[in-house]
Amino acid sequence: MSGLGGALRCWAALLRQPRRPPRAARSGAVGFHSQTAQAVLTSQLKPHQEKPNFIIKVPKGTRDLSPQQMVVREKILEKIIGCFKRHGARGLDTPAFELTETLTEKYEDTFGLMYDLKDQGGELLSLRYDLTVPFARYLAMNKLKKMKRYQVGKVWRRESPALVQGRYREFCQCDFDIAGEFDPMIPDAECLKIMCEILSGLQLGDFLIKVNDRRIVDGIFAVCGVPEDRFRTICSSMDKLDKMSWEDVRHEMVAEKGLAPEVADGIGEYAQCHGGISLIEELSKDPRLSQSQLALQGLGDLKLLFEYLTLFGIAEKISFDLSLARGLDYYTGVIYEAVLLQSPGQAGKEALNVGSVAAGGRYDGLVAQFDPKGHRVPCVGLSIGVERIFCLVEQKMKASGEKVRTTETQVFVATPQQNFLRERLKLIAELWDAGIKAEMLYKNNPKLLTQLHYCEKTDIPLMVIIGEQEQREGVIKLRSVASREEVIINRESLVAEIQKRLS
Amino acid sequence: MASPALEELVLNSRHRLVRGLKQQKASADQIEEEVAKLLKLKAQLGHDESKQKFVLKTPKGTRDYSPRQMAVREKVFDVIICCFKRHGAEVIDTPVFELKETLMGKYGQDCKLIYDLKDQGGELLSLRYDLTVPFGRYLAMNNLTNIKRYHIAKVYRRDNPAMTRGRYLNSITVDFDIAGQFDPMIPDAECLKIMCEILSSLQIGKFLVKVNDRRILDGMFAVCGVPDSKFRTICSSVDKLDKVSWEEVKNEMVGEKGLAPEVADRIGDYVQQHGEVCLVEQLLQDPKLSQNKQAVEGLGDLKLLFEYLTLFGIDDKISFDLSLARGLDYYTGVIYVAVLLQMPTGAGEEPWCGQCGCWRRYDGLVGMFDPKGRKVPCVGLSIGVERIFSIVEQRLEALEEKVRTTETQVLVASAQKKLAGGETKACLQLWDAGIKAELLYKKNPKLLNQLQYCEETGIPLVAIIGEQELKDGVIKLRSVASREEVDVRREDLVEEIRRRTNQPLYVC
Repeated sequence: MSGLGGALRCWAALLRQPRRPPRAARSGAVGFHSQTAQAVLTSQLKPHQEKPNFIIKVPKGTRDLSPQQMVVREKILEKIIGCFKRHGARGLDTPAFELTETLTEKYEDTFGLMYDLKDQGGELLSLRYDLTVPFARYLAMNKLKKMKRYQVGKVWRRESPALVQGRYREFCQCDFDIAGEFDPMIPDAECLKIMCEILSGLQLGDFLIKVNDRRIVDGIFAVCGVPEDRFRTICSSMDKLDKMSWEDVRHEMVAEKGLAPEVADGIGEYAQCHGGISLIEELSKDPRLSQSQLALQGLGDLKLLFEYLTLFGIAEKISFDLSLARGLDYYTGVIYEAVLLQSPGQAGKEALNVGSVAAGGRYDGLVAQFDPKGHRVPCVGLSIGVERIFCLVEQKMKASGEKVRTTETQVFVATPQQNFLRERLKLIAELWDAGIKAEMLYKNNPKLLTQLHYCEKTDIPLMVIIGEQEQREGVIKLRSVASREEVIINRESLVAEIQKRLS
Repeated sequence: MASPALEELVLNSRHRLVRGLKQQKASADQIEEEVAKLLKLKAQLGHDESKQKFVLKTPKGTRDYSPRQMAVREKVFDVIICCFKRHGAEVIDTPVFELKETLMGKYGQDCKLIYDLKDQGGELLSLRYDLTVPFGRYLAMNNLTNIKRYHIAKVYRRDNPAMTRGRYLNSITVDFDIAGQFDPMIPDAECLKIMCEILSSLQIGKFLVKVNDRRILDGMFAVCGVPDSKFRTICSSVDKLDKVSWEEVKNEMVGEKGLAPEVADRIGDYVQQHGEVCLVEQLLQDPKLSQNKQAVEGLGDLKLLFEYLTLFGIDDKISFDLSLARGLDYYTGVIYVAVLLQMPTGAGEEPWCGQCGCWRRYDGLVGMFDPKGRKVPCVGLSIGVERIFSIVEQRLEALEEKVRTTETQVLVASAQKKLAGGETKACLQLWDAGIKAELLYKKNPKLLNQLQYCEETGIPLVAIIGEQELKDGVIKLRSVASREEVDVRREDLVEEIRRRTNQPLYVC
């Protein structure tokens, strides 16, 4: 289970690079700064821009992340990646865009939803739509048969943004996948275990993971009489059952998609079922469904899965839900989706429905689509919808008025006197060299009050103050910003004293 | 395309072209380009072969980061971010693309290298070319006048056929900036201090930070008698001094750029000098230079800077180098560049002076967006991390230090035939306690294979579950390195593993 072959190849490719880029290239790298500066200067000389109505903004469906938001995001990502690492996954990173032909025809219903790059005379490129297809490409490219990897990165989709619900056009995904031929359902079970660990660890409240299987869905369609060429479109209708009532879904199937009413009714009998192992056993004995070999296969695997989930202690969080259909076409086996359960009486506010916060499934045929010889590498994985989680956490914090520190500074170096810049510089360098996080104001002669105010505003816990008297006596004043208590410390023991207080 | 015959003709001629190129051993780039055109044509004409196998690769100028490279990357980022945080910096992020008009007019000729997005009926967009313009936009949008921020992200520059292949132009950039009006040279000194801390901590060898100032250069050229119109071109000649000899530079200035030889000689007297604060003093005393107001201003700032750098304890790493002229076209103040001395060399490769830049940016950062042209001065640094990744990887190889791509502490192995649940239960126990554990996905794994897996991936411990162990409630814990085994009661397993792995606390 190693990506060493691929790694060695990449490394070999690196070595073949010229070690120093030629003159033109290098000055290009530095030169662009001067180009920018040139343009800036010219723009300053010309007081009126060519576009007087230019409003400064970010593209639709995207956003900057302020320091506050970054702190929250990094905490969330740390927890997620920590879980991935705990299960032995390796990191991977792929480019933001792929050759368009790599991405086309891998997704369903994505017409017009991919961002294409302009044809500027080179290769035709598109921004990646997810992290799964690039992963399959990586496996095929490096001829890997097994890999357990995680990838955290942005993906881009030109959907209608719904910013309040955390649906953006540029958003972050955290993917975990296990590629390789293994004994059935063990990796699938580990994926679900990981999903549970992450959602519990993020403390977002109660959640539920719905599980189904592509083969069961197809089996139901087959025995109910859905024409094969309508499978996918009926699938996407069925998938709407979590948002619409069965009547509405049935209506769509019959009126819009031309399905015979009896067929729709047949589907309806199954689609509204959900439960646990008992449901699996019931369905395995169902006279109609048991006619489908495909469905029986799916049911068999689910049974095994539930056994492992019980061993992993997470069975009560999983629900076998026949209405789960999932959008993407490349799933071939088990599919799952995690939803947050709205706790009743949540402060009377409009409960935020963010939809699913994590999802995934098994996709055994994707890598084969990239392999020239069509070699199969079965895969199963999951994707965490970080933006939606982030949205919820932000909302929670806003409601509770919680504030986050955007820096980690531990000590502030101050002086009440004028002309003490040099002493502060020397002192702060001492702290930095000892690994202590320290700041000072970039002013020659700052007022003490200004410095105090800065500490309070940015929540810096400690202050060291040096002035004429301290200088003479070879001491430093150490002050706790919160309590305003001050002690006098010997200059030599300053670092040790601070480290003691910080631990 | 009109008739099939005509199509055939065109295709054949294209085929011949490609064959010809291959025979002539034309550049791989050229061949690749022609092949791509051929395939495109075939696809257009609906040829079945075009449906065959497309080339499996990443786009030109981009690459994947393998697990090993990710591990190295993480190590490097940890050091860099730790340093930024130590100096009280905040972090931001911006979208990968901007409105085309945001980037328009900001990069001069380099605008040809920007990746545009296709017009798909919405806003016109382009991929970000650097992190500076987005930063300027962020400041203007949020009406900020001061901030100390770092930003680590990829930027995108289109492959220019004139550039040597193999150079990754879609690369990670690390930017750190202090924006705001402050007392002179204090933030500049801190930037240099940060640069030194990072390069020291990365342990990639000795380095030097060269410092110069545009005003000093201008002043120097003036007193030597360089005509105003030739300033910039002479600048770029002088800049070559780090690679070629003075004679060659002089030849270029006199022979190619029409500079009077005496003027060149006078320049030579200055630019071959480099040193520390004493050089600054010396130049301040120089009879000619001290008459030039600009030069004196620049020297004054440098003197102050060196004072602060001495207090910061890094003056031995800084060199005032009068030949440093790159990127100086439009900057008005101090510029610095960090170079790595002693680059690790492969057999037959030339030693390479690595540049990880650090420079004063322009004062017009916000002005480019703000109609009132508000000025927000900015000083910062930019680190060429891609090169650092390579160097760190090389160093680790040289030291034969294994780079682990996972952090797994324990492999839960079984000595028995069935996955009877003992292993999964043990794994569960470990994961729930936060211990990094793996389980092989085989029902009948051979113990030898499992041990081998540990050795390959660097996992230090194995917890072996056998039938006997299950009955007695006892697990065998084995150290992969020493091969010593000890029996541990199930309840004590977590504690024992914690003790042995001594998980280091993450200290930043």
